[in-house]
Amino acid sequence: MSAALIIEQVLNGFQLGVMLFLMAAGLTLAFGVMGLINLAHGSLYMTGAFVCAWVANATGSFWTGLALGLLASAAAGAIIEILVMRRLYDRDHLDQVLATFSLILIFAEGAHWLFGSRPLYLNIPDLLDGAIALPGGGGYPVYRLAVIGVGLVVAIGLFLLITRTRLGMRIRAGESDREMIGALGVNIRTLYTLVFALGAMLAGLAGVLVGASQSVQVGMGEPVLILAFVVIVIGGIGSIKGALVASVLVGLVDTLGRAFAPSLLALALPVQAAASVGASVASILIYLLMAVVLAFRPQGLFPTHG
Amino acid sequence: MHFTKRLIGLMTGSVLLAGMAASAAQAQDDPVKIGMITTLSGGGSSLGIDIRDGFMLAVNANDGKLGGKDVDVLIEDDSRRPDKANQIADKFIQRDEVDILTGIVWSNLALAVVPKAVRDGVFYVSPNAGPSELAGRMCHENYFNVAYQNDNQHEAMGEGFNAEGFESAFLLAPNYPAGRDAIAGFKRFYEGEIAGEIFTQLGQQDYAAEIAAIRASDADSVFIFLPGGMGIAFVKQYDQAQLGLPLRGPGFSFSQDVLPAMGEAALGARNAAQWSPDLDNPANQEFVAAFEQAYGRLPSVYASQAYDAAHLIGSALEQASPDDADAFRAALEEADFDSVRGDFEFGSNHHPIQDFYLREVVEVDGVYTNRIDRKVFDDHQDAYVDECSM
Repeated sequence: MSAALIIEQVLNGFQLGVMLFLMAAGLTLAFGVMGLINLAHGSLYMTGAFVCAWVANATGSFWTGLALGLLASAAAGAIIEILVMRRLYDRDHLDQVLATFSLILIFAEGAHWLFGSRPLYLNIPDLLDGAIALPGGGGYPVYRLAVIGVGLVVAIGLFLLITRTRLGMRIRAGESDREMIGALGVNIRTLYTLVFALGAMLAGLAGVLVGASQSVQVGMGEPVLILAFVVIVIGGIGSIKGALVASVLVGLVDTLGRAFAPSLLALALPVQAAASVGASVASILIYLLMAVVLAFRPQGLFPTHG
Repeated sequence: MHFTKRLIGLMTGSVLLAGMAASAAQAQDDPVKIGMITTLSGGGSSLGIDIRDGFMLAVNANDGKLGGKDVDVLIEDDSRRPDKANQIADKFIQRDEVDILTGIVWSNLALAVVPKAVRDGVFYVSPNAGPSELAGRMCHENYFNVAYQNDNQHEAMGEGFNAEGFESAFLLAPNYPAGRDAIAGFKRFYEGEIAGEIFTQLGQQDYAAEIAAIRASDADSVFIFLPGGMGIAFVKQYDQAQLGLPLRGPGFSFSQDVLPAMGEAALGARNAAQWSPDLDNPANQEFVAAFEQAYGRLPSVYASQAYDAAHLIGSALEQASPDDADAFRAALEEADFDSVRGDFEFGSNHHPIQDFYLREVVEVDGVYTNRIDRKVFDDHQDAYVDECSM
């Protein structure tokens, strides 16, 4: 097991982590600020990827696709906030789960209807194609490094937005006391729409970035959604800082588990069994992590008040 | 008195006669009912849609007839759920009284539906799923698989590795029954070393960890069984990582339904299948041209199997009605139809004995598709035929 392999796997873990952060940020904001459980977050992720792939194929430009993909997912977010979510804020979580689950089905069938049933083609832009040498040999795809960079920039941007701007102050105020901020004359409805659209746009960004290196197909959002929920539970529901730390934690545990669990098990088991058992162990590691975190910190790593 | 008796006799007789005539006419005109259970929504629906389109292409080309008899094809979507597939099968059998069932894409759904359906006296013609159970100890006289036994493409790929002279293969498949069968099928014929073997999560999209492990190994070739979106994701990431090792897999991994989404990342990948769009026989040329004209896209291997399924049913209907189960079964066993695969016959377990080819992904006029590189198996039969006591 060379140092280069370990460095590469750690980078892979980071990359998965920042990807998850983009998804988890919107989910945790929606829950923290509006008290909303949004299962349809994966559909917004899918929207970003589908629109980007479609536009990129039509115009030949990934960047135009990216811009329109972000716009489309933010717009889809704003529209479902106004049409559906608004009616759910005062209801209990079960109603929210039911309504947003139905949105998943509507988005999935809508995508079938608009884009067909076959997966769409979307490749990474030429600018980011290629690999750079890692210390100790082996190349690492430039695209994955760029994804890590984008994730970090978004994380810093969100942090500044929430701690340093008027909008961020209102978001924080909305988290602590909804009635009071409304009474102080802030238009809470617009604020909610904005926050929701922002979360949707980040999900769309994740969808585009992932879609370009993975696959753009109906149902692509749901597996990521499950991981994103694990992230926000570990990080503390409603906390952006928690979402960031937990995303990177989950990304690293998942990737390093997949990479090294079979070979570690092979020290004790026959190779055949180790491959099969290792795969199973690797797939439950993040849930074990969640269980351990919840056992010691039931509110998550960075609990928000309330 | 006498007259009245005669009148009554006449009346009864004519009523009876009329009734008989009516039922005879009904038997003549009643279309043969075929129930198609397939996946038309959600993940993997492109496979079910190709199966439906391939089957209906054959039916529509003959004005709604197969083997000269009118057929009524009922199509329902199973959403890839075994429970739903079962419900549809019950409805087709009990309410619609279908004669033949077909269409299921996935092995776990086939195992949920087929054993019960064939026990109810319905014929099942599989256009795709070929789990080892149904080829072996659970085989049934009313079950016919026109596609393959699930292991076949992997076995052909193992033989293909030998033919290409690879000596150190890295194997990758999802951690579920079909994935483990794939690896077992590959090893049944592959003679070289195994450089590494990873079972991934079903539905996994990020393969960075696995690709790094391949890079760190001393493999000279990579075998993947990653159907659908998993394969698209892997192939793109594999291309981005620029490993330069030859990529190989069963035909499912590089089928026409995923090639457009993989794009140039798939170019040069070789894969094993029993059919290819460029197979040189009249039935295939007619099929590929008609499919393209009807649907505006190239057919996948799944569409070719469903097209063959329809023609197989047609060839049997020409000789017998499904009401005469023994005669109909005997007609199916003959497999007297022009398969798009060329040579085609059934083994004793009602699974095909057929040729397998190594195909290569190429770009033809801006479209990514497969072309035959060489034949790897002549008249290949599955490994489970001896377990079937039929």
